[in-house]
Amino acid sequence: MVEPVQKTARPEFKTRLSAFGINHAQVLLSSLGRIFRNPFAGMMTVSVIAIALALPAGFYVLLQNAQQISAGWDGAARISLYLKSELDKVGAERLADELRILPEVEKLRLIDKAEALREFKALSGFGDALDALDSNPLPTVIVITPVIDTESAQNMEGFLERLRERPEVDLAQLDLQWVKRLYTITRLIQRGLLIIAAMLGLAVILVIGNTIRLDIQNRRVEIEVNKLIGATNAFIRRPFLYTGFWYGFLGGILACILVTVGLGMLRTPVKRLAGLYDSGFELMTLQFTSIITLITLAVVLGWLGSRLAVGRHLREIEPG
Amino acid sequence: MLQFTNIRKRYPGGQEALSDLTFHMPAGRMAFLTGHSGAGKSTFLKLITVIERCTGGQLIVNGVNVSKIPARRIPYLRRNIGMIFQDHQLLHDRTVFDNIALPLVIAGYRHREIGRRVRAALDKVGLLKKERAYPMTLSGGEQQRVGIARAVVNKPPLLLADEPTGNLDPDLSREIMQLFEAFNQVGVTVLVATHDISLIEEMHYPQVILKNGTLLHNGLEGQNE
Repeated sequence: MVEPVQKTARPEFKTRLSAFGINHAQVLLSSLGRIFRNPFAGMMTVSVIAIALALPAGFYVLLQNAQQISAGWDGAARISLYLKSELDKVGAERLADELRILPEVEKLRLIDKAEALREFKALSGFGDALDALDSNPLPTVIVITPVIDTESAQNMEGFLERLRERPEVDLAQLDLQWVKRLYTITRLIQRGLLIIAAMLGLAVILVIGNTIRLDIQNRRVEIEVNKLIGATNAFIRRPFLYTGFWYGFLGGILACILVTVGLGMLRTPVKRLAGLYDSGFELMTLQFTSIITLITLAVVLGWLGSRLAVGRHLREIEPG
Repeated sequence: MLQFTNIRKRYPGGQEALSDLTFHMPAGRMAFLTGHSGAGKSTFLKLITVIERCTGGQLIVNGVNVSKIPARRIPYLRRNIGMIFQDHQLLHDRTVFDNIALPLVIAGYRHREIGRRVRAALDKVGLLKKERAYPMTLSGGEQQRVGIARAVVNKPPLLLADEPTGNLDPDLSREIMQLFEAFNQVGVTVLVATHDISLIEEMHYPQVILKNGTLLHNGLEGQNE
C-alpha cells in the first residue's frame, strides 16, 4: 500500500530563483574568503599560475615588438621583375606605365638591357667575361618599391603572385629575401610560443586541479554532511568551481603585473640600444585588450582545472 | 510512510545484512528500531535514505519508490527526511545558526525566511541563546539538540534517528526522546534506532526488532489493525 505523498513545503519557484542568485553571490565571496584565510598556500598557487601565464604572455609582447620593428624594415623591400627577352623596349615601357598606377606600387624604375649590362659590368667584376659574349644576356628589369602598410609582408606575397602571372614577366623576385625570412622566422617563433603557451596552460589547469583536489579532501566531512541533508551535486560543486575561478582570476592579474614589471625593466636598456641605432623605438607594453584576454583566459583555465578535479573526486565521496 | 517488500541487502563482500524483509510503517507513527549489533539496524536506515541501495525487493519511502530512484533524484528525497546521527555530523567551522540553516540554504530559502525558521527550530530544542556559538563549545547533549534542530528545520514528514542517545546520560537521553515525542505529536513520523533498553521500556512506543537481518517482531502491526 502506498500512502498519499506527503511533500515538505518547498519555497516558491521565484523565491528559489532569487535565493539561487544570492547563493551564487555568497559562494563567490566565501570561496574568495577561503583563499585569503590561508594566504600563504593561496599565494603560492596564485604565483605558480601567474608565472606560468606570464612567460608566454611576456614573450608574446616581445614578439609583437619585434614585428613592429620589422614592419619598419619592410620599406627596404624591392621587387625585381625580369622581363622575357623577346619583349622589346616599347613593350617594357608600356608594362612599366601600367604597373606604375597600381595602388601597391610606390616607386618604379625601368632598367633596360643596356643599362643593366652597364650596372652589372660595374658591380660584378665579370666585365671582361661579358665582353666575350656576342649578345647581351641580361633581361630588362623593372624594380618596384612597394607601398608599406601594416600587413605589408603578407600583402606582398599576393602582389608578387599577380606580377608573376603577367605574360611579359619571366621571373618576379622579392629582393632582400630576408624580409620574407624574417616573416617566416616570426611565424616560427609564434608557433613555438603557441606550443609553450599550450603546455603552460595545461600546467595551470593541473596546478589548479591539484589545489582543488586537496581542498576537496580537506572538506570531505562537509561534503558528506551536505550530501546527507539533500544537497545536489551542483550545490556541492559550486564553491570549488568558484575557488578555481578566483585562482585563475588572481593568477591572471598577477601575471599582468609580472609582465608589466618585466617589460618595464627592459624599457630603458632597449631605449638605449635603439638610440645607438638612431631609432626612436620604444618598447610597447601589455595593451588593455591583451590584459583582458589574459585574465579571461586565466579564469577559463581555472574553471577548467577545478571542473576536472571536482568531476573526478566529488563522485568518490559518498556518505556511508 | 515506509513500505519494505521482500527487501534484500547483500554487501559486496558477500555478507547478507538484510534478507527478505517485509515491513510497513504508517505515517504519523513513532517507533523504536532495535536489535543486537549487526542485526541490520544501520543498513535498514541507510536503505531508507539511499546511502545504500537494496539488492532485491521494493522499498517505498514517502510515496517514492526508492529502489529504482535515479541518482539525481536522491538529494530531493533526502530533503524530505530529517536525519539524526549518534555523532551529530555537525560542521565544526560554522556556528550553530549556520549548521541549522544548511538544509534551508540547500533548498533555496530566502535569507529572512532562513533566519525565522532557524530561530523557530532553535527555540524548539531550547538553544535559542547559542545561535552564535560553535558546536565544539557545546556539551554532547547540546550538540545533539543542534543536530535535531537541523533535521527538523525543513519540516520533513519523516525523522530517522540512529542511536541519538548513544553518548548521553539517562537524563539527557530522556530530554532528547521527549523532543522526538513532541515532533511526533504534530504529525511527524519518527523512527529511532537504539539499543537503550531502559529508554525503550520507559517510553511505551512500539518496537521493531531485527535479528540477523530479518524482522523478529513488528510492534506497529498489532496496534495498527
